[in-house]
Amino acid sequence: MPTIMKDPRVQLIAAVALAIIVGLGSGQMNSYYQGVAIDVGIAIILAVSLNLINGHTGQFSLGHAGFMSVGAYISAMMTLSFQKSMGAEMIPWMFLPALLVGGLVAAFVGLLVGVPSLRLRGDYLAIVTLGFGEIIRVIFQNVESAGGASGLSGIPKLTGLAWTFGLAAATVYAVGCLVKSTYGRGFIAVHDDEVAASSIGLNPTRYKVTAFVIGAFFAGIAGGLYSHHKTFISPQGFDFMKSFEVVVMVILGGMGRTAGVIVAAVVLTLLSEQLRSAAEFRMILYALLIIILMIARPQGLFYFSRKKRPSSIAK
Amino acid sequence: MITAPLLELQNVTIRFGGLTAVSKVNLRVNAGELVGLIGPNGAGKTTVFNMITGVYQPTGGKISFNSEATANKPPYQLTKSGMARTFQNIRLFGSMSVFDNVRTATQLHQRHGICQALWRAKAHEASEREICTTVMELLEVFSLQDFRDETATSLPYGGQRRLEIVRALATQPKLLLLDEPAAGMNPAEKDDLMQLIEFIRKRYGMAILLVEHDMKVVMGICERIAVLEYGIKIAEGTPKEIQSHPKVIEAYLGAAAV
Repeated sequence: MPTIMKDPRVQLIAAVALAIIVGLGSGQMNSYYQGVAIDVGIAIILAVSLNLINGHTGQFSLGHAGFMSVGAYISAMMTLSFQKSMGAEMIPWMFLPALLVGGLVAAFVGLLVGVPSLRLRGDYLAIVTLGFGEIIRVIFQNVESAGGASGLSGIPKLTGLAWTFGLAAATVYAVGCLVKSTYGRGFIAVHDDEVAASSIGLNPTRYKVTAFVIGAFFAGIAGGLYSHHKTFISPQGFDFMKSFEVVVMVILGGMGRTAGVIVAAVVLTLLSEQLRSAAEFRMILYALLIIILMIARPQGLFYFSRKKRPSSIAK
Repeated sequence: MITAPLLELQNVTIRFGGLTAVSKVNLRVNAGELVGLIGPNGAGKTTVFNMITGVYQPTGGKISFNSEATANKPPYQLTKSGMARTFQNIRLFGSMSVFDNVRTATQLHQRHGICQALWRAKAHEASEREICTTVMELLEVFSLQDFRDETATSLPYGGQRRLEIVRALATQPKLLLLDEPAAGMNPAEKDDLMQLIEFIRKRYGMAILLVEHDMKVVMGICERIAVLEYGIKIAEGTPKEIQSHPKVIEAYLGAAAV
């Protein structure tokens, strides 16, 4: 590979450009397939961002749907109010700001949840994040301006292939760059051994909260894409099952393996689309998948040893 | 003029419920000195060690490092101020390569952050390269360079010990604390370890506090030895003095042997 292609920034720009080209050409595409492709892209963002928390940093979070719902609601409420005040033609320009605000609010919520709960470990953290996800859902269910239990409808359909895959590329880039930097190795250090990480001068809590906040940010972005894709959101769409779906992707892909997690996100999204007629059995299938995986391949489906790969930028 | 010691313990006491594990221990380590802390099993050596490194907070007395009180400072802050340690039961980053284990520890004195890592600016790449050179140098000095891409935990036991020490050195400490480095080693590995510790002192000139119960290792390399028994310091002196100290012989061999 020529050296310029090895620069992750160049790779990012190439991926975004590809997404835009595909997005421009998507007019020819059957709108059903286009919709499925967007679902896949959103799943990639969710899974890769959760992988930073669960896989790389080793903090078992079950609250990803909660952060996603924050981004979905905040960005949808923003575009809906813009639509009222500025008229429909200005709305596409407001999409990116709405997504970013949604992501930032989700990140802020991630900070609020993360600071107290990341002192907990393992099962306890999983339970707290699970509880948080439910609290968020109940809050949206009871806030009138967010549509209450009936949800928000009439959200402008702004999410296209270009947006989805452009942002998915940005997510993969951000998580990849972080983990491959010396700073980001702290996440893996915390995952491997908190006491040892602390003994070499890394503050484990700070790393955990950082992973949590960054993960929540991208989950918020994914939520914004989701609400402007489905044009209708309700609190029920962000329940525990949604969080669990993302966790399954991360586990199937192999904790901490970005490429594997992407493949798992694609496969599982397409699979659940195929099984739409038997939707009630989907969770049973997921549970079975996890059980079989734990027995047959506990390191994850797409885990391949990286032992022999030379250290990236060492000379 | 007497210079202030690098590490000073004054009347350090810790109680766990009704049990006084360590009682009024005084200890000084001067810059560049190699001090051993010994004692029979359960004497409180590792407890003292954990209080120095901030894992436990003493219930009484005072610990100061570099003339600053260490009370309520978490371990990672003490590491930043120049203390580095190894663990009795080796704690390496198991999913990382040998190289990355050391690399993670070198970031301490680098100005690195999320933004630089994301933007990959020239300055960031340059500092990453600098880190890599430092790490390779360290690995070469301790002849681990051939294993740099191996998973850390796949090294043989002696190699893992060495790697843990190298990782601690990568934080550029003023004081290196070794918690029973000879534990589980065979005689040949123990000899290597003694040479290694002497080599580190000669090359880097840092102070070392060695907690150990292997007499041969401690007597062979330490300049000064403190002996703990039942949480109380019963003796302190040069290896010669300690070897003939009646209280020490009593502690190790029983009263009848004196």
